[in-house]
Amino acid sequence: MSAEQSLMGRKIIIHDMCLRDGMHAKREQMSIEQMVTIATALDDAGVPLIQVTHGAGMGGNSLQHGFAPHSNEEYITAVASKMKQAKISVLLIPGLGTMKELKSAYDCGARSVHVATHCTEADTSPQHIAFARKLGMDTTGFLMMAHLNTPEGLAQQGKLMESYGAQTVYITDSAGYMLPADVKARVAALRAVLKPETEIGFHGHHNMGMGIANSIAAIEEGASRIDASVAGLGAGAGNTPLEVFAAVCERMGIVTGCDLFKLMDMAEDIIVPMMDHMVRVDRSSLTLGFAGVYSTFLLHAKRAAERFGVPARDILVELGRKKMIGGQEDMIVDTAMTMAKERGLLKDAAA
Amino acid sequence: MKKIRCALIGSGNIGTDLIYKIQRSPFLEPVWMKTTAAGVDGLLPHVLEDNIQIAFDATSAYVHAENSRKLNELGVMMIDLTPAAIGPLCVPPVNLKAHAEKVEMNVNMISCAGQATIPIVFAVSRIQPVGYGEIVASLASKSIGPGTRANLDEFTYTTSNAIEVVGGARKGKALAIINPAEPPMMMRNTISCLTDEEPDEARITASVLEMIKEVQKYVPGYRLVNGPLFDGKRVTVFMEVAGLGDYLPKYAGNLDIMTAAATRTAEMFAQEIIAGTIQLKSPEVA
Repeated sequence: MSAEQSLMGRKIIIHDMCLRDGMHAKREQMSIEQMVTIATALDDAGVPLIQVTHGAGMGGNSLQHGFAPHSNEEYITAVASKMKQAKISVLLIPGLGTMKELKSAYDCGARSVHVATHCTEADTSPQHIAFARKLGMDTTGFLMMAHLNTPEGLAQQGKLMESYGAQTVYITDSAGYMLPADVKARVAALRAVLKPETEIGFHGHHNMGMGIANSIAAIEEGASRIDASVAGLGAGAGNTPLEVFAAVCERMGIVTGCDLFKLMDMAEDIIVPMMDHMVRVDRSSLTLGFAGVYSTFLLHAKRAAERFGVPARDILVELGRKKMIGGQEDMIVDTAMTMAKERGLLKDAAA
Repeated sequence: MKKIRCALIGSGNIGTDLIYKIQRSPFLEPVWMKTTAAGVDGLLPHVLEDNIQIAFDATSAYVHAENSRKLNELGVMMIDLTPAAIGPLCVPPVNLKAHAEKVEMNVNMISCAGQATIPIVFAVSRIQPVGYGEIVASLASKSIGPGTRANLDEFTYTTSNAIEVVGGARKGKALAIINPAEPPMMMRNTISCLTDEEPDEARITASVLEMIKEVQKYVPGYRLVNGPLFDGKRVTVFMEVAGLGDYLPKYAGNLDIMTAAATRTAEMFAQEIIAGTIQLKSPEVA
C-alpha cells in the first residue's frame, strides 16, 4: 500500500507559527495591526490553532532576544477577541518564561501552550506543564533541537513530559537538520512509549528544504499535529510553509480542515509583502540546517558578522561546534568577538 | 588559632561541595556536616553542647524558614543557600561587610547566577544609574541538581529581584539556559546593563576589572572572556566561571561560586566573632 493510500482520511491539526516563530523573521517587530490581520485571515481559512507571542515566547522581551513593540499580553488580547473558531496558543520556555507570565497570557485569552525545553532537559518543565493543565489549557511538551537526542533518549524525555501532564509531545527540529528517516525514527520511538491518547506533533524548519517531507514522514508514523507557517514566515529558512503543506495534504487525502485557496491567497497577498527579507534557503540558513544550529541564531549571526567582520557562516559553524543551544544568543556576539580577536580584528579590553 | 564551629543541613550538590570549602577554611571548623535522617531536628540537640555558631542551609526553600527559626532560637547564625530569601540578600564584594556589621542572623546567597553576575551589575551601577540589568546564565546540564530543575521559576524570581536590590538596577531580569553538551561547558554568564546616560566607557571598564579581582579572591576561576562591550547605552560583559573541581569537575563553576560565596560569608562573620567586634544574639532562655 502506498503512503498516499495509507494516509487517506487521516485527520491532523495544523498549528500556525507566523505570529510567534515569524516574529524572529521580523526581528520581533510586528505591529498589533499586522498580528490582527494575519490572525483574522488564518481564522477565516480554518486554521484551528494560532501561536501568538514574542519569538522566544513568554518573557521573551529582553536584550538577549530583542524587545517587541508590544507586550505579549497586548498582542494576545488584540488577537483573541477577534477569533471566530481558532484558539490562541503561546510558547513558554522555562528559564526564560515563568508561570506568572503564563497565567497572564491565559487571562488575556490564550488557551493552548507549547512548554518547551531542550531535547534532553524535560525535567525543567514539570511546574509549568502541571500549571498549564491546572488552568485547563491544551498542553504540549515541546522538545527542541530534537536531532541532538537519540530516538530512544527523546522518547524517555517525552515520557517525562507526559508524566507531568502534557497531552501532546512535539519533536521540534529547531535547526532544520533532520531528514525524513530521522523524523520517522523519533516519532516511532515516542509512539512506542506514550499512552495511546497522548498526541505527537512535529515542528519543522525548512533549512534543508525538508519541512514538508519531514511533516509527512511524521504523520506516516502517527503524528497528528503539525506546526507550519503561511509562506514559511519563521526563523532560519522559515517553518514548514503552511499553504504548500496543505496542498500536499489535500492531494494525499490528509484532512486538515483548512481552505487551501484562502491560505495561498494569504501567503501571496499578506505575508510575502510584509517580509523584511525573503525567508528562504540561502547560504546562511542552509548552514544552520547543515551544521545543526538553532534557526533563530541566523539574524543575530548576520548582525554580529557586520559588526566584528567575521563571516556569518564561520560564526554559525563555530556555534555548532561549541554545541550552543536555543536561548544562548549571547554566545553569538561572544563567539564573534573571540574569533575577531584571534583574527587580529579586535583588541582585548582587559589586556 | 580559634575557629568558629559550623553545621550544614542538606546533602545535594551544593551541600556536598560546601563541605570541601569549609574544611579548608582557617576560620571555620566543620562539625555536623551531614544531615541526619531527622534533618534539622537531628541537629538541634547538639547545637549548644557542640557550640555551633553558624549553620548553612542547602535544603530547599520550602523548609528553610522553619530550619532558620529553630536554629536562630539557639543563637545560630544562618547562611541560606536556598531560594527562600527570608533574610537580606548577600553578594560578598557588594554588601557582606554591611551585613556582618549589622549582625544579621540570616543572610541569603541568592543563586549561583546571582553570585556570578550581580557583582558586575553593581560595578556598572556604582559608576552611573542603570535602568535595566539583564543576566543570562548558561549552565552545564550535569551541574544542575533535581531541586533546581523542578523549581526553575524560583531561581528566575530570586535572581531577577537581586539584580535590583543588590545590583542596583531599577529593573532586573534573569535568564537561565541548561546546556547538555559533552564534554560539559564551563559556566558562562553574560551581563547587560542599560545606563540612563551615555556610558562612561573608561570608568565602567576600570570598575568592572576591579570588581573581577575582588571576586577572584574567593573564586579564582572567575574570568572575563569578552567586553565590556559598549553599544549605545548598553554595556555587555561576557564572563566564565571555572570551578575548583571539588565535588563536581571544573565546568561546574556555578556550584563553586555559590559555595565559595557562602564560605566567604561565614568566614567574615567568624573573623568578626573571633576578633570580638560582633556578638551573635544569645540563645533564648526557655
